[in-house]
Amino acid sequence: MDIVLADESATESFGKQLAVVCPRQALIFLRGDLGAGKTTLTRGFLRGLGYHGKVKSPTYTLVEPYEISTGSGTESGIIHVYHFDLYRLADPEELAYMGAEDYFAEQAISLVEWPEQGVGMLPQADIELHLEYQPNGRLLNIQAHSGRGQQILEQLDTTSAITTE
Amino acid sequence: MRVLGIETSCDETGVAVYDSEKGLLAHTLYSQIALHAEYGGVVPELASRDHVRKILPLVQQVLAEAGLTGEELDGLAYTAGPGLMGALLVGAGVGRSLAYAWGIPAVAVHHMEGHLLAPMLEANPPAFPFVALLVSGGHTQLIQVEGIGKYLLLGDSLDDAAGEAFDKAAKMMGLGYPGGPAISKLAEKGQAGRFKFPRPMCDRPGLDFSFSGLKTFTLNTLHDSAGDEQTKADIALAFEQAVADTLAIKCRRALEQTGSHRLVVAGGVSANQRLRQKLDAMCKKEGAEVYYPRLEFCTDNGAMIAFAGCQRLVAGQQEALSFGATPRWALEELDAI
Repeated sequence: MDIVLADESATESFGKQLAVVCPRQALIFLRGDLGAGKTTLTRGFLRGLGYHGKVKSPTYTLVEPYEISTGSGTESGIIHVYHFDLYRLADPEELAYMGAEDYFAEQAISLVEWPEQGVGMLPQADIELHLEYQPNGRLLNIQAHSGRGQQILEQLDTTSAITTE
Repeated sequence: MRVLGIETSCDETGVAVYDSEKGLLAHTLYSQIALHAEYGGVVPELASRDHVRKILPLVQQVLAEAGLTGEELDGLAYTAGPGLMGALLVGAGVGRSLAYAWGIPAVAVHHMEGHLLAPMLEANPPAFPFVALLVSGGHTQLIQVEGIGKYLLLGDSLDDAAGEAFDKAAKMMGLGYPGGPAISKLAEKGQAGRFKFPRPMCDRPGLDFSFSGLKTFTLNTLHDSAGDEQTKADIALAFEQAVADTLAIKCRRALEQTGSHRLVVAGGVSANQRLRQKLDAMCKKEGAEVYYPRLEFCTDNGAMIAFAGCQRLVAGQQEALSFGATPRWALEELDAI
């Protein structure tokens, strides 16, 4: 699926839409050059889950954890989100030192920037997003790699009004 | 009181001895910049391993320069956070153990407290209270400082730190790491006025920063241009001006908001000459004094940790025998002394 995102706010809005249809456990890869909007999309995603605080770049810390309280009464719960940036990894093996396997095993949503830096140590993503520069904004390509990912894609398809293909 | 300071929060191994009577006795630094340059930034695991290799020789070197043995020290200070977990643990583990072996007290120091007190190592130190701008690769913060440990966060980066924006913009332009000096050098050849970059978040009240948008603006501008050397220089200049202007505008607001007449600027980006010129001019206009650390103490160093630790040890603070590190640690959580 390809989507044209006209500007930064479109990227953030897409992130919000994605969050709404995303199950509470998922692995999402974010690809794209510096400045393509990966962290912007993640910010939208977190906003979509009801988080309104700062969304700092995890470039220096490698991972920023978020705990988001949802609902109330019997419906209440906590959503765990991990925002990874593997830009700084020299060797995918460093993920083991970080205890990354534990992060992915948890009931949590992980968004991973620069997954190519973790090849071999990262599990298969449910969906993969690729942001690419184009003169009128960004071209977003989305691919599903699992049944869960396929479901996300189908739900996005029905909620998104800006699908071009 | 003579205190050994150890700094290992990121990619510099810094060790120093500070004497509360005589000032700085010795300091040394090993920078891993060359090690990380090919990756375009700090690689956490490589950083930890390099700290392990360098830390003890540096401690021995500093003690020799100060003409002291470990037992002759009165205390030891190590950076306990914020920073990279693995890197911090090297300094904390070695520091706490040496203090135990030498039979002297140890104190855990907050890295950013070290930075904001660094101008106090100079001949003309700032008096409390003041406003501090901490600006580096990992932080962009405005802090109201009433005394040691009395900090109020006035503004913070909502996304990328200023130094990180420099690093990433430099990478986009095919320049080296660290990005700040590389962009400054290229900007010298730039022509002002050709590109106009936004001054993020200056059109609304508040003291928070956001530099992520400048990164995107840089990418778009690069794509829309011919990409020749002159254009890159013009973009570098416009980018640097935008960062320096934004920081200066927010500092002016912070001085106005707090009624303070003293501004302290520290952290790696405080070495940026264009930023210093803007801040000097702004402070002159506002009737305020501005204080910077010497250039070598703008970036991470052991001297600032020895100094900050000394203040806390003199006040009677010290750690138990256990040690730890805190990768995320707000300045406001510190105890006042």
